[in-house]
Amino acid sequence: MAYRHLLAAQVRSQAQYRASLAVDVTGSVLFGVLDIVSVVVLFRVTPTLGGFGFAEVFLMTALASCAFATADLMVGNVERLRQYVRSGLFDALLVRPLSSLAQLVAMDVATRRVGRVAFGVVMLVLAAANAPIELTLARLALLTVTPIAGAVIFGAVFVATATVAFWWIESGEIANGLTYGGLNFTQYPITIYGALFRRLFAYAVGFAFVAYYPTLALLDRPDPLGAPTFLGYAAPAVAVMAAVAAGLLWQTGVRHYRSTGS
Amino acid sequence: MRGDDSLAPHATGSRAPSYRAYLALAAAGFQRYATYRQATVAAVVTNSVFGFLRFAVMLAVIDAGTRTVAGYDNRQLATFVWAGQGLIGVVLLWALPEFAERIRTGDVITDLLRPIDPMSQLLAADLGRAGYAVLTRFVVPVVVGALVFDLYAPRRQVTYALFACSTLLATLVCFSCRYLVNAAAYWLLDVRGPQTAWTLTSGIFGGLYFPVWFFPDAMAIGLIVATPFPSVIQIPLDILVERGSPAVQLGLLGVQAGWVVTLLALCRWVQRRGERKLVIQGG
Repeated sequence: MAYRHLLAAQVRSQAQYRASLAVDVTGSVLFGVLDIVSVVVLFRVTPTLGGFGFAEVFLMTALASCAFATADLMVGNVERLRQYVRSGLFDALLVRPLSSLAQLVAMDVATRRVGRVAFGVVMLVLAAANAPIELTLARLALLTVTPIAGAVIFGAVFVATATVAFWWIESGEIANGLTYGGLNFTQYPITIYGALFRRLFAYAVGFAFVAYYPTLALLDRPDPLGAPTFLGYAAPAVAVMAAVAAGLLWQTGVRHYRSTGS
Repeated sequence: MRGDDSLAPHATGSRAPSYRAYLALAAAGFQRYATYRQATVAAVVTNSVFGFLRFAVMLAVIDAGTRTVAGYDNRQLATFVWAGQGLIGVVLLWALPEFAERIRTGDVITDLLRPIDPMSQLLAADLGRAGYAVLTRFVVPVVVGALVFDLYAPRRQVTYALFACSTLLATLVCFSCRYLVNAAAYWLLDVRGPQTAWTLTSGIFGGLYFPVWFFPDAMAIGLIVATPFPSVIQIPLDILVERGSPAVQLGLLGVQAGWVVTLLALCRWVQRRGERKLVIQGG
C-alpha cells in the first residue's frame, strides 16, 4: 500500500541519524515525565485537587498523557499544514491519487515521539496498579480502550485545529490552545474548571471523555457534577463522532483551498 | 571561513559603532514584530487560554481561595499566572532557532561581515521586539485576567519600578539562554536537543507551570541562586506580587543582574570559540 511505503520511508530516513534520533527520543520521554512531575509537585502542596486524591488524578494524567502522546505521534505533525499552504506545497499532495490528509500524516510522522508513548504506557500501568480499581473484565477492557479512544479524540482535535490554516494562514500557534491546552485540561478532574470553560472544553470538544469519565467508571465513583456512570464507557462513541467531524472539516477546508499560485 | 581573531571582520574598540546603529536595530526588531499583527493576535489568544487552564489548577490547589499555599494567596496566584502568561511573550520563552539556522546554512557570514558583532545585533533587535511585546503580549493577558478574576495589585509604589527593572533583566537572561542554545549550532548543526532541554527546564524550573516555591524550600532557593531559569519568569513575578520585603526584592534583582553578567560573558566567549570553529562551505 502506498501509505505504508511513505511511512516506512519516513521512519527509515529518520533512523539514519542515530545520535539525533536518540536525543529526540530522550527529549520526547522527558516531556512525558514533565506531565507526571507537575502532578506530583502539586500534590506536595495540596492533599486534594477538585475533590480528588493523588491516585485518582495520577490515573487521569496517565490516561491523558497516553492518549495525547499517541495522537501526537500519529497526526501531531498535521500542524505543519500552515507551512504547506503558505509555500504552496499542498498542491503537490492534491495532484496525487491519494487522500491529502493521509499523505500529510504519513510524510511527516515523527518517529521520535514513540518515547513519550512508551513512557505514557508505563505510567498508565503504574497508575492503574496504584489506584483502588476493582478489576473486572469490563474495567480491563475500559482501561485498554480508553487511551485509544482518547488518542482518536486528540487526533481529531489536531486535524480540526490544523484546518484553520486553510482560512487563516497567519494563525500562528493558536491551535496549541486546544491541542497542548487539551492535554493540560484532560490531566485534571473537570471539577476544577469554571462552568463556561468546562462546557466548552469538556462537553463541546469532548475532552471529558479522554480521562475524567473513564476514571470515574474505573474507580466506581459517582460524578460530583451528577453525570451518569455509563458516560465512562462512551469514549469510543465520542471518538467516532469527533473523527467524523474533523474529517468533514478537513474536506470543507480542502474545497476552500486556493493555491498561493507561486 | 576559518579565521583567527586578528582577521575578525567586526570592529573592536577603535571602530566601535555608535549607539545609533543599536537604536536602528532595536527599532527594526520592534517593527518586524509589529508587522505581523495576526501572529500577535494568535499568540495572545493562546496565552490567554493557557491562563484560564493554569489558573484553574492553581485555584484548585488553594481550595478556591480558602487557604494560602507556599506563601501565595488567591489574588497573588491570579497575578502570578496572568502576568506570567504575559511575560512569556516579553522574554520570548519559546523562539524558533533562527540564528542556529543561519549558522547551519552559512548565512551567518553576512552577520559577521557587519561592523557590529552578531550577538550585539541580535540583542539590540531582541530588546526592540521585547518593547513591542510589552505593549501587546503582556497587556492583553493581564487585562483578560483582570476582567475575569480578582488580581493582586502591588501595594508599594516602588514595586512597579522594581518589576520594570526585573522584566528587563529577565529579557536579557532569556535572550542569553536562547543565544547559547542557538550557538550550539557551531558545533552540532542541529540544535533540537539543546532546544528541547531549554524548553523543558525553563518551564518546570522557571516558575511557568507552578511557582518554584512549590518545590521544597531548599530546592527552590538552590534553583533561584544556582540556575538562570527562575530569573526568567519566577523572580519578576515574585517581585510583582510583593513576596518578601523590598530588601529581599533588591536581592532578587541582584541575582538576576549576576546572571545577566555571567551569561552575556559566556555568550561572548562561546561566540568567539564558535567563529573559530565555523566552516562555511564555499559556493
